[in-house]
Amino acid sequence: MIGIIDYGMGNVRSIEKVLIKLGAKFIISNKIEDLEFASHFILPGVGFFKEGIARLKNLGLTDFLRQEILIKKKPILGICLGMQLLFDNSEEGGFVEGLGFIKGSVRRFLFETNKLKIPHVGWNSVSGGDFFKIKILEGIEEGSNFYFVHSYYPHPNEQILCSFTDYGTIFSSIIQKENIFATQFHPEKSQKKGLQLLKNFINLKC
Amino acid sequence: MLKIRIIPCLLFKNRTIVKSIKFDNFRMIGDPTTCARVFNERNADELIFLDIMATRENKEPNFEVIEAIAKECFMPLTIGGGIQNIEHVDKLFRIGADKIVINSAAVRNPELIKEISNKYGSQAIVVSIDAKSVNGVYKAFISGGREETPFKAVELAKIVESLGAGEILLNSIDRDGMMKGYDLNLIKEVSSAVNIPVISAGGCGVLQDFVDAVKIGKADAVCAASIFYFVGESIITAKDYMSSKGLKMRTI
Repeated sequence: MIGIIDYGMGNVRSIEKVLIKLGAKFIISNKIEDLEFASHFILPGVGFFKEGIARLKNLGLTDFLRQEILIKKKPILGICLGMQLLFDNSEEGGFVEGLGFIKGSVRRFLFETNKLKIPHVGWNSVSGGDFFKIKILEGIEEGSNFYFVHSYYPHPNEQILCSFTDYGTIFSSIIQKENIFATQFHPEKSQKKGLQLLKNFINLKC
Repeated sequence: MLKIRIIPCLLFKNRTIVKSIKFDNFRMIGDPTTCARVFNERNADELIFLDIMATRENKEPNFEVIEAIAKECFMPLTIGGGIQNIEHVDKLFRIGADKIVINSAAVRNPELIKEISNKYGSQAIVVSIDAKSVNGVYKAFISGGREETPFKAVELAKIVESLGAGEILLNSIDRDGMMKGYDLNLIKEVSSAVNIPVISAGGCGVLQDFVDAVKIGKADAVCAASIFYFVGESIITAKDYMSSKGLKMRTI
């Protein structure tokens, strides 16, 4: 069963829609007593980093996730803000500490005036790096486009599997560190390729 | 590299999808969920759904129809029409909207832009600016093009950007449904004044119009309706044509 962590940051509805379409069993909750039965987790999220991490803490989910992901090694997929929260810290809202499951920071796009617009909104391709080693990309062509909406991007600072997207700067748009998966883009909004990625994730053996 | 987006627009009126000319003279197109399903299957890059009567008739968004459409969309869905307060916005996000587009509320209650942007991020709030040339100046209109505001289109664009809008949907009332091309001067004027993406709307009739909106107008995305309903062009032919003109499109 997939546990979708609903900590009040944006839209879980679109992920729910995809999981229904894929015929997956899932639960949407912010309560440990529901989520502890999950075999996989999805950490979605849209919005501010600072508020996201505060909400996870207030719900007692940071320690719970640490146990489930780092000790029990259950697979997790962080999406967008959910990806960023897995990192050590973010520039958004000053300097805010994240879950720290992945070493590195989340940075704001910084361009010379009028070079590229922020947020990075739209379809962009993912390629290079460890594209063919990342398990949830199985069956997806390199260079496929996914849907992005963000102003900050993750910058890992350890040796993990990464594939990249170019928006003024080349950043890691998908990563895998053992059982930890994350995408800066929204697979649930990326039509067929995104559905394939989510299907790969829910079919991962634990 | 970021791709140019092609965004079909569904105009909703009396429970059906319609197409207007100059914000009037509506022609019926079909059932909302069927339209959404077709555009999803044809790989539209996003979909915009606008309830064009809601504000005029002082109604709230039709949540039931919007929820049904959201079920068909596995691409980003932007919802507009009749949104007056944050409660409407909360409910729309809960039932599957990805972005909210406001027009009249952006002028009558600009705090709403801030409120949405603070709560959901600026990428979640699109402001639609309906522009019409008045004595040689592009003025912004609200309430389905019925009410002139004190603002020039470009002024309003800058104001809403500063309040936290993440994108501008820029519609030419004069060109709407005319299929004679986008108003490139309008797009250029607004696009060069703001640092957020501008979606051009109103007037697309042939595929070259998409190319011109991007290359000449500097639009970041193109929105259209008539060309898909009445000309027989599809998202796929449009993307192929735009790619052949050197624009980066999403083909895989």
